Amino acid sequence: MKRLLSPWGGGLALALIAVVVVVPVLHVALPPGSWLHPSDYAVALAGKIMCYGICALAMGLAWGYTGILSLGHGLYFALGGYAMGMYLMRQIGRDGVYQSDLPDFMVFLDWKALPWHWALSDSFGAQLALAVAAPGLLAFVFGYFAFRSRIKGVYFSIITQAMTYAAMLLFFRNETGFGGNNGFTDFKRILGLPIATPGMRAALFALTGATLIASLALARAIVTSKYGRVLQAIRDAEARVMFSGYDPIAYKLSIWTLSAMMCGVAGALYVPQVGIINPGEMSPAAGIEIAIWTAVGGRASLVGPVIGAFAVNGAKSWFTQVFPEFWLYFLGALFIAVTLFMPDGIIGALRGVPRTLARRRGAGAREEGARADGVPARTDVAAGEVQA
Amino acid sequence: MTPELQERGAQARREHDERLAASGGREGSFGRALQPRTPDFAHGIALYVDDVTVSFDGFKALDDLSLAIGVGELRCIIGPNGAGKTTMMDVITGKTRPDAGHVHFGSNIDLLRLRENEIAQLGIGRKFQKPTVYENLSVFENLELALAGDRRPRASLFAKLSAAQRDRIDAMLAQIHLAAEARRPAGLLSHGQKQWLEIGMLLVQEPTLLLLDEPVAGMTDEETERTAELFLSLEGRHSLVVVEHDMVFIERLAQGRRKVTVLHEGSVLAEGLLAEVQCHPQVVEVYLGR
Repeated sequence: MKRLLSPWGGGLALALIAVVVVVPVLHVALPPGSWLHPSDYAVALAGKIMCYGICALAMGLAWGYTGILSLGHGLYFALGGYAMGMYLMRQIGRDGVYQSDLPDFMVFLDWKALPWHWALSDSFGAQLALAVAAPGLLAFVFGYFAFRSRIKGVYFSIITQAMTYAAMLLFFRNETGFGGNNGFTDFKRILGLPIATPGMRAALFALTGATLIASLALARAIVTSKYGRVLQAIRDAEARVMFSGYDPIAYKLSIWTLSAMMCGVAGALYVPQVGIINPGEMSPAAGIEIAIWTAVGGRASLVGPVIGAFAVNGAKSWFTQVFPEFWLYFLGALFIAVTLFMPDGIIGALRGVPRTLARRRGAGAREEGARADGVPARTDVAAGEVQA
Repeated sequence: MTPELQERGAQARREHDERLAASGGREGSFGRALQPRTPDFAHGIALYVDDVTVSFDGFKALDDLSLAIGVGELRCIIGPNGAGKTTMMDVITGKTRPDAGHVHFGSNIDLLRLRENEIAQLGIGRKFQKPTVYENLSVFENLELALAGDRRPRASLFAKLSAAQRDRIDAMLAQIHLAAEARRPAGLLSHGQKQWLEIGMLLVQEPTLLLLDEPVAGMTDEETERTAELFLSLEGRHSLVVVEHDMVFIERLAQGRRKVTVLHEGSVLAEGLLAEVQCHPQVVEVYLGR
């Protein structure tokens, strides 16, 4: 109860009501003409960006809190998306162009039966599990070897980027069995229900919002635990952590794997809402974009990356309509500007305001407070800076 | 042979057989039982370094280095730059693998087979030359992470500080004169305070052996004096190895009765009381000659 009343818990509860009740109900119940009715476009866009928000949050845990910069998180996102896409392709049934039991691209390639890795594709539960397990397993194996070999910093980032690029090339091939460069699209149903209805759109939106908020709550529990403080210690001084008796590999590997799994969940929620998944999601540029959202919002916080995902993608959807050819220049300039002038991102700039005011009011007060109660509360300066 | 002796011998034999039977056929040992991963200090030596050689691209950073640190001993190690002092600490703490030689903790634990974190958990703490603390965590949290306890991820995910642990941290904060800074991020401390915090982090780890690489570098005279007092108070409870350039500090620690080791070009040049060592002709040559 105490947690629910804290600003964090309260904020999350309000956001939960907004995404799970208010928006979906307004979308379904009101006629499209009404001024309170969220348009199809708006709901789909917000749903998509919330998926990106989960990705950015996962990135924040790995990069902002543990100091592991991945430029290949698009790979884990896409793997989750492909796992869900396989199920959606099977749900098309005989309604495809070729009216066959097999997905259209297989008919086109003249395949007679499903390849082995499509064995579970008729089961929603199995594909959902795969959407989490596949990225998790890949991240675990990759992370195990990379962390054990003590690959760090920019070298690690380059390898993640190379890996997502290699995977993209693999998925581009028709023989891989994932629809080549067209990927999966033209979905008709999910769980037997038509996919392009206001009701389904509202339901997916609510589910995505609830997942995002659950992810935030989980991440909050992680970073406020001692485990989370070890992660930050690894970021600040890994050698000290090691010589204090902690095994940094176990910590890095666990948060890295969790981060990849969160991206997989985001991908699985993204595909039914956007209606397409193709190898473009694995491109190095996609991975870099995730890092940019996180940096813009403020990587060493939890809400920051989510704010960053909304800010950058909101700007993107407006920009690509008004000046489509300049978007990438703008994105690059934004990244440079944030790195130079707002190292703590939007959230850091927002927090700077009350802190500057407090500083003007006099720094002595805080010192005295610290002396008065020897035991620090969880709201001390460091925790406030990194976790709030 | 008297009958009494015969009797006693038969008695011992019976007891031995009984013990053998009770142990389920395994060889009954009369020795002390040693738990795995528990160092054996029965010989009074905490650390053995035997004939250790480390070379980097042909340059011998350590050349047949041997020394032994007693249990509870405070040992000062001096030597000119490049004498191999830091490399020696790297070898003991598992950061560098030597090309030849052995390093044992107690008489039974081979440190060369363990990784850095395992060595730390056995009870060997190390202070780096450059003070290394977690800059974005508060001073209190820095000590919390260093506190002895289960280091595995799952344990720390659900860890809660007990009242005893809080008291332990508060006591350490008082001991290292940082109680007033407990809530501040460690990155805002002065250089000397960071050195103290790192020493405090080592102490709450409750190590048997402390390796301190230039602990008073960058400290004011007053801080240096306090550090010397602290280290002297630790003698007996911990074994300490202090590597330092500051001869005043060394004199203060050695107090004319503790052993000092002089390293030069990767091996021990001289060992003994500070006064003896200072008269040693080769030491004089290394420090003053050339």
